[in-house]
Parts: sequence; C-alpha cells; structure tokens
Amino acid sequence: MPKKLTTILVPVISVILGLLVGAIVMLVSGYDPVEGYLALWEGIFGDVYTLGGTVRQITPYVLAGLAVAFAFRTGLFNIGVEGQLIMGWLAAAYVGYAFDLPAIIHLPLAILAAAVAGALWAFIPGLLKAKLQVHEVIVTIMMNYIALHVSNAIIKSLTDGGEKTPAIHESASLRSAFLDNLTEYSRMHYGFVIALIMVVIMWFILERTKRGFELKAVGFNQNASEYAGMNVNKNIILAMVISGAFAGLAGAMEALGTFGNVSVIGGFTGIGFDGIAVALLGANAPLGVLLGATLFGSLKFGALNMPNVGIPVEIVSIIIALVIFFVASGYIIRVFLERMSKKKEAK
Amino acid sequence: MEYVIEMLDIRKQFGNFVANDNITLQLRKGEVHALLGENGAGKSTLMNVLFGLYQPEAGEIRVNGKKVKISDPNVANDLGIGMVHQHFMLVENFTVTENIILGSEPTKMGIVNIKDAAKKVQVLSEKYGLNVDPYAKIEDISVGMQQRAEILKTLYRGADILIFDEPTASLTPQEITELMQIMKRLIAEGKSIIIITHKLKEIMEVSDRVTIIRKGQGIGTVTTAETNPSQLAELMVGRQVEFKTEKTEANPKEVIFQIDNLVVTDYRNIEKVKGLNLSIRSGEIVGIAGIDGNGQSELIEAITGLRKVKSGTVKLNGQDITSLKPREITESGVGHIPQDRHKHGLVLDFPIGHNIALQTYYKAPISKGGVIDYSKISELAQKIIKEYDVRSGHGESTPARALSGGNQQKAIIGREVDRNPDLLIAALPTRGLDVGAIEFIHQRLIEQRDKGKAVLLISFELDEVMNVSDRIAVIYDGQIIDTVKPNETTEQELGLLMAGQDRQSNNGQVKEGDE
Repeated sequence: MPKKLTTILVPVISVILGLLVGAIVMLVSGYDPVEGYLALWEGIFGDVYTLGGTVRQITPYVLAGLAVAFAFRTGLFNIGVEGQLIMGWLAAAYVGYAFDLPAIIHLPLAILAAAVAGALWAFIPGLLKAKLQVHEVIVTIMMNYIALHVSNAIIKSLTDGGEKTPAIHESASLRSAFLDNLTEYSRMHYGFVIALIMVVIMWFILERTKRGFELKAVGFNQNASEYAGMNVNKNIILAMVISGAFAGLAGAMEALGTFGNVSVIGGFTGIGFDGIAVALLGANAPLGVLLGATLFGSLKFGALNMPNVGIPVEIVSIIIALVIFFVASGYIIRVFLERMSKKKEAK
Repeated sequence: MEYVIEMLDIRKQFGNFVANDNITLQLRKGEVHALLGENGAGKSTLMNVLFGLYQPEAGEIRVNGKKVKISDPNVANDLGIGMVHQHFMLVENFTVTENIILGSEPTKMGIVNIKDAAKKVQVLSEKYGLNVDPYAKIEDISVGMQQRAEILKTLYRGADILIFDEPTASLTPQEITELMQIMKRLIAEGKSIIIITHKLKEIMEVSDRVTIIRKGQGIGTVTTAETNPSQLAELMVGRQVEFKTEKTEANPKEVIFQIDNLVVTDYRNIEKVKGLNLSIRSGEIVGIAGIDGNGQSELIEAITGLRKVKSGTVKLNGQDITSLKPREITESGVGHIPQDRHKHGLVLDFPIGHNIALQTYYKAPISKGGVIDYSKISELAQKIIKEYDVRSGHGESTPARALSGGNQQKAIIGREVDRNPDLLIAALPTRGLDVGAIEFIHQRLIEQRDKGKAVLLISFELDEVMNVSDRIAVIYDGQIIDTVKPNETTEQELGLLMAGQDRQSNNGQVKEGDE
C-alpha cells in the first residue's frame, strides 16, 4: 500500500472507529446514537451561526497544533503549549486594552506581543535543554503551572483584585461587523486568516529554508549536525522559540477574537493539550494539522449541541475522547493495514 | 561423516525478495565451519533461520541426523544451539554473572542465587580458558571480555553448537588472536562452531571448512586446507579481487598539515592525547596504527573541531585551525569520514540525498538568502550517487537508514571527497564492509593522494594500514611513538609498537618525519 494512502487512511479509519464505539456507548447508556450524531452534525454545519462558531473553535486548535507539531518535527516534545498560550493570551489582551493606537499598528502589535510572550515562555525550557540537558517535558509541564498562576496574579494586580481585564480596544480586535453580520453574531473572527498563514509559514520554514533543514537535522541527530557544522544549542533553542510563538498566537486568537479580554481561570484552557492530539492527528505536517484541528474543533463545538437532544455532556466528552484514543493508537491501524496489503501482495 | 547440524536446501524470502535460495550448510562435529559472504548476501538470514527467528519457506533442518522444526530461539537453545551476536546482548550495568543468568535466574525460595551461578560461571570460564571475572560489571570490562561473557552465556545454557556472528568486527588484533585460541579450545572440548564472517584471513586461520553464499545463493562448501584467500574472495564476490591495493609510489611534496604538541582530554577531563606531533605532506597517505583507545578518537575529534583542544596547535596550509568551529575547519579544507557513520556521518532519518548535501546545504548554489533550492540538492545527490555507485532502493529519496553499510559509507565518502578537501581524514573507513566495498574505498583514498591531497587514515586493521598508507605513524597512549614505512616493517613489529614497545630506544618519543 502506498505510504501516502496509509497516512490518509489511518486517521479516517480512526475517526470512524471512534464514532462507532461512541455509538455503542450511547446505545448502552440508553441514548439514540442516530439522534446524537444528527445533533452533532447540526451543531457543526447546522446554519451560518454554528458554522461561524465551528471556525472560531478551530482557529486556536490550528495554532496550538502547529506549535506541538513544529516541536515534534525538530525533535522536541513541547507539552508547554498550554502555558505559552496563556502567556500569549495575557500579552495580547494587555496590549489590546492598555494602548490606544490606530488599528493598522495596534492589531499587529497585539498579535506580535502574543507571539513574543509565547516564544519567551518557550525560550526558558529551550535554554535549559540546550545548556544543561534538562528534559523539556519536565520543564514545560512546570512552566504551564507557572503560566497559569502568573497570569492570574497579573490580571488581579492589573485590575485591583478583579476577575478579568477591561475589554480590548476596537483597534486591536480581530472581530468585524462584516463577519458578525454574515454569521449572525457567532463570535467568528479574522483569526482564521492568521492561522492559515501560519500553516503556510510552518511548511515554508521546515521544507524550504536553510534554518528548517538545520532544525530537522538537529532534531534527528545532534552528533551528525554538530559534525556538519551546525550550532546545535542555537537550533534547539530556536525550535522551542518558534513553537512557543505559534502557541502564543493561539492565545492571541482568544484574547483578540473570541473573548476580547483575559480572565482569571481556575484551570487550564485545555487547548494546548488538545494541540498534542491535533498534531498527532495531522501526523505533524502543517496541512495535516489544519485537517486535524478542523476535525477536533468541529467535534468539540458541534458536541455542544448534543445535550439539546438529551445526551449528557459527560457522554459527549467520552465520545470525543474515544475518537482521539483511536487516533493516538493509529499505530495499531497502520500495522493492520500493512498486514492487509501484504496479504494482498502475497496473493 | 557425522553432522551435528544440517541445513538442506533452505529457502527464505521476504515479499518478492529471496534472501536465501536453496542453501545447504552441513556442520560436522568438532569443526569450525565458516560462513562466508558479502554484506547482504544472506548469512545472517540463514543463521536466523537456524536460530528460530525466521521460518524457512522450503528446505529442512536436521540436528544430529534428526529432522527438527525450530520455531523460536528457545527451541534452538534446547537443541544446544547458542549464538554469540555481533552486537552484544548485555546489560551494561549488570555483572557478568547477572547477564549470564538473565532470563533463567536460579532461585532459592524466590531469591536469586547469584553465588551458585557465579561459581558455575567461574568453572566454565576456567575450563575453556576464558579468564572472565564473574563479578565484573560489563561496563568496566573490554569489548573482548564482553564477548567472552557472551560466549559463557551460551555455554552456561548448555550449547554444543556455537554460532559466532562477525565476532572480530570490534576486536583488537590481540583480542582476535585470543579469540582464535578460545575457539580451538572449544573445539577440543567437543563443541562445534559456525563463524559468520567476510574476513578471509581469519577463515584461513581458524576454520576447517567454508560455505560460501553470494546474493542469497549457496555457492558451495570447500575445505580450507585446499583453498586460498584469492579463490575464496572470487567465490564470494563473483569476480577477481585485488588484495594488494594497486598504487604507484607516493610522490609527497611539502608539508601541508602539521600537529604540534597537541593535548586533548576526554569527557572526564583525562588526557587522552598527550603532546602529539604529526605532519602530513601533500600527496601522501599517513596511516595511524594503534589499538583502540589510545587517543585516536580524541585526536580526530580535536582536529575536526568536535572536541576542545587543551593545548598545542593544528595547522593546515599554514593557517592555524586549532579550536575553530567544525564548520570553519571544514571550510579551511578538511574532509572527514567519521569513525561512526551512524552517530556522526549521517542523519539516518533524512533521505540519502539530504545527507549528501549535509556539508554544503548552507551555501550557494544550494542555499540562497536562507532558502534552499531542493532541485540543487537533487542534482548534487544524483551526481554523487552515480559517481560513487551508491545503491539504494529509491535513489536520492531513500532514507539513509535503509541503505547497507557499504552504500552509506560510499555516500559519505562521495560527500567529503566531492568538496575537494586538502586534507581528507578517514577514520575506520572500511569498518564492517566487505571486500568489494573496501577495494572501492581504498582506491578513492589513493586517488585523492594522487591528486596531491594529504590523507590521514586511522584504522585498527593492520592489513589496511599496511596496504594503503605511504607512512605509518604508530599511536600509543596519546603519542606517536614511531613512524615506519610499510615496506620496511612487519605486522609483528607494528604489533609490538602498538603495544607500546619502542623500536629503537626506551626513552621517549622518536621524532617523526626525519629520515
């Protein structure tokens, strides 16, 4: 079986299997799976409002997925996307309300602030990995908690003990009257354009630039990279920083698009962790991440409609988790497909 | 004649690829039987069939005249077949005894009984003259000793038939000699041995009979006493092979590479290169002979910028290149065929084409303004693949990992030589390769020399050093203790020098290069 076909077939089969097992779960719990999945479908594609919501949900997933995938491709496991995203969210929201600038400067500045904040947050584990060989997984996990609480503390101190920052100025917003009208106030915003551009940028960095060549080489084999005259430490740090910038941008989507501010939160947003699943779904390729995020975001958003037909949110969460589970165990499906094709060849 | 093992008309195929085609191998009791073939000829497949790792599509296996079906390695063990793997299967931070009992630990009321096992290991070790300390940790003992631990492991489990897979690949000449003694001792004690190898010299020395396979086909079995190395090589490769590498007299000119008083430490900060002096002229090949661990690796790493120099200077074409960054050294005119092609030489997960561009990807014409023109990488890759006869499944896009060792090495050599360096460093360039590939690589080194380049060859194989070099520098304990001409020395003399015995005097270093 051609490799390309397997790469596409594996996630498709995974999703179908996930939905099948999800149907069984619904049946066993006494709900009608047909009705449930119809509600899911309606929740995703029902009307312009839900479509707008779906796109809005997908946007940060694309960026979080790119962040994880970029790190993967360069030999790093960035579990810190969540923390980098929170810092990006905070930075964008702050720049969004604290400055008063013309939109042409304000919006790019706020977006840039988010990218820089995410990048800086990722720089620390990158530096520790490069200089002291501290494993990035441990550092990034801890940095997530630090980000969560630092962000909460800063919000409180900025607002004298308040729960959320003031709304960003219009000039820093990704929202638009046009999109609001088109999608009946779904909160959909222009962030999806940024996400699409970033998909192209990630592809370009990895597949076309000299830097991408080095980042990948260092990710695969540090010794050979050093032998070939590459600066291994610099490349490790840079890989983390670029990954963090993508994560920070995901935060900007929430700050400048969806919410228009940043609030004190009790726990993680989950987008950063879901980014890992998205990257896996997309086989760490930019276009794959886009598709993975689309699936993931659609399921997440569409599932919100399932309680409307009486299916509890817990069951909905289980179904989403099942889909991801089957994707993550795509290895099993891959092995199965290979066996099948081998048998065919033997015949 | 009594056969302990008979593999008759064995056929094994993977998909459409026939790895073994009607191969017959018959092992007599008490003989050393060599299995000879090039890399990829199907030797390991055949032995894996015998060891129960693969099931043959056709043919039968008989042990002591009885037909058997070896469905997995445990069955092979029960039949008294033991394998000493090329890459040792040992737990580094366990002792010899712990490694030997691993998987079948003798217990007393649930507690592992190390003492009895160690005693048993000791007895076996003495019986076969292996001289292994049962309580030594694997990571503390030499490669040769580790191999003996592997041998003990098979003996402990009651093996009567021992399969040695490329046993001398990582041994020093002394250790090889000792291994040959051990094999003879094993035979004297009634064991039978199959040795997988492509080293003709060892076959001639130790084996009684040889079975040759070529490209999966059984070519036949000959009696060692009735054959000679050139006949064996011809049977193995399928054409005439030159052993003595064809080369004209060297025509060395001025000194272009010079090392003065170089001191290099290893990662524990222990001095490994201790004030080493060496010079190479353009148009000559200097071979460094020495036993592994006398500072060779540190020396190369220091020259190429992969390791810090503590003191001393390295000069190429009059330019001081000491402690420059690897890329600066590369660009000053150094080509480096690294000792470990998987660790340093290749990014195994990259396509072979990208690997061929590994030293030139960053500059024009491949890279312009930070953007790589991948069509230029293809051009370069295709050129080198053609010139250096690099064989791979899907050309330049094949992952480097999927190539055979010989083809990986050809790609590296192509990459380094194509840049036309003034100094070419070749560290163990033929390790693990078969005669055909070795011949090719030696010719390339000599070609560089004839173009007026300086070549530094580091090898643990005396044959190689004597064959290819124009001058041999013997390294011992981090210093060049003597320099000899290959036609004015013998293996014995070199062996003594490598063991640290000074040829002329006992006080210090002989100044090299003065004749």
